Amino acid sequence: MGDEIEFKKKSEYVWEIPKTGSMRVPAIIYASAALMDKIKEDKTLLQASNVAHLQGIQKASYVMPDAHQGYGFPIGGVAAFDMDEGIISPGGVGYDINCGVRLLKTDWTFKDLQSKRQELLDMLYKEIPAGVGRGGITKLSKSELLEVLNTGAKWALKNGYGTKEDLQRTEEDGHMEGADPSACSTRALARGLPQLGTLGAGNHFLEIQKVDKIYDKTTADAFGIDKEGQVTVMIHCGSRGFGHQVASDYIRLMEDKFGHAHLPDRELINAPINSDLGQKYYKAMCSAINFAFANRQMIAHWTRDVFNKVLGSSEGMRMVYDVCHNIAKFEEHDVDGKKKKLCIHRKGATRSFGPGRIEIPEVYRKVGQPVMLPGSMGTASYVLVGTKKAEEISWGSTAHGAGRVASRAWALKHYRGEEVKKHLEEMDIKVKAGSWKGLAEECHKVYKDIDEVARVSTNLGLGKKVARLVPIGVVKG
Amino acid sequence: MKKFDILEHTADGKFRAYGKNLEEQFGNAVLAMFSFMFKVEEVKPKIKKEVKAAGKDEKALLYNWLEEFLVLLDLDAFIPSKIKEVKITKTDKGFEIKGIVLGDKVGEHKHIGSVKAMTYAEMEITDKYVQVVVDL
Repeated sequence: MGDEIEFKKKSEYVWEIPKTGSMRVPAIIYASAALMDKIKEDKTLLQASNVAHLQGIQKASYVMPDAHQGYGFPIGGVAAFDMDEGIISPGGVGYDINCGVRLLKTDWTFKDLQSKRQELLDMLYKEIPAGVGRGGITKLSKSELLEVLNTGAKWALKNGYGTKEDLQRTEEDGHMEGADPSACSTRALARGLPQLGTLGAGNHFLEIQKVDKIYDKTTADAFGIDKEGQVTVMIHCGSRGFGHQVASDYIRLMEDKFGHAHLPDRELINAPINSDLGQKYYKAMCSAINFAFANRQMIAHWTRDVFNKVLGSSEGMRMVYDVCHNIAKFEEHDVDGKKKKLCIHRKGATRSFGPGRIEIPEVYRKVGQPVMLPGSMGTASYVLVGTKKAEEISWGSTAHGAGRVASRAWALKHYRGEEVKKHLEEMDIKVKAGSWKGLAEECHKVYKDIDEVARVSTNLGLGKKVARLVPIGVVKG
Repeated sequence: MKKFDILEHTADGKFRAYGKNLEEQFGNAVLAMFSFMFKVEEVKPKIKKEVKAAGKDEKALLYNWLEEFLVLLDLDAFIPSKIKEVKITKTDKGFEIKGIVLGDKVGEHKHIGSVKAMTYAEMEITDKYVQVVVDL
């Protein structure tokens, strides 16, 4: 297939790559014209149409408003597969399995902690392990690691990290039932062991934020977000080297078994869901999902500790929600009027269920699932609420943040870390980062317009704006 | 001869590694990959390790070879600074590679970025260069 992918506009925010050649279904892109201009600049459209070739795919290969080029699947790709005929693909999940976002709300306002901000950041940077080639402070035994992989955030709770409510307000209650560490390689376990309880680096971060605007007061109240200026904390990280190893192990195993010459893209390697290997990947993936849940549970706990030490209390610091954005799950959805169990792949996409779904916590079931779109440093993040409409048109999914529009090389040509820090400080955002270069690469100008992504998601009904959050302090590895 | 070039890529790390033969290209690919994370030229060749990998085809060999170094970073906090004596052999299962790598512990070296994983995206193996995209 050439680089020019034919697509047509179906409506203001819906675009289609029609089913042609060996595509089994069309590809559908949810974006505004402005976002589409960016999307068509890289290989996103080609990748979306490649996904449409995969066996057992249902309805369409979906692309979210913040999509950009990925490996095999585009980042911001959603695809559902029939359980009997369909496939499961490590490329459709991503290397950073259960990279996700956790949001805590507090009872403080920006004014309350303005003077203590640097102290908070310094202590967060000190207490929460981050960076590259550095392990965590948690000394785990192998059997403890196995328990983490089996039970995820439950292990963390059992070991004194956080509260029961935290788990209730986490996607999947903070653990996937289908995990089996024996499906994970020795090497994956070896990489995971020293990395539990670490933030990582790159685009992972911990951000102290304040509520900038509330769009839907009823839903915001239900989520615990009740006033402008309220302080929130957002944590963005995943399964670290453990997840990366699980992904590459299974890419290798699936290639060995099924070959890859028949695939439009080597990174679309997959196995039938029904097969031994497909089931084993699912079990290993669930183990990695659990690792990431435990990770975020620990980091959130340490965050509360730090706030307690610096401000004297962390009582009002409660979970809003924790969402995954690199995952494959078995979910029941409506297909042509019938309820069907499907394998949903969300790669750089977030589940966005509406009111009534049993998968969302009881406390939110009347309003819908909280969805967090993390922005980049220096720009906003959003809290959205899931919708019934999303269930109808995107397997209950929406964007995961603001995808990049410019390369790290471009960023480094145009920005220096020190400049970015100064610019952020001018916007009254304090930063504590492990790397100047990392700061420059992550500067907001290289990301898509998060406000546009949130607007499109709302107008389409994929996930509706509840609140806009802006950073007041950032911790990066 | 230049060892490698970093190329434009929206979200990730793309590079071309050069060399007079495949072995040299594979060796320079390691340094290219680590240049996203550390100032490799500041790393002293103090610690010596032997690294091996295998793959069914040349691309799988490159993927697995580069992944070995990401694992060494995670498990041994090791940054490579010099690769030598790289040897690629053909076997009945595909290819094997081994090489001597000299480097040092992360220690006080400040990281400047993070490579999450190797990928097959846009991978090219030509007689002039190998091209790789890594997940940042």
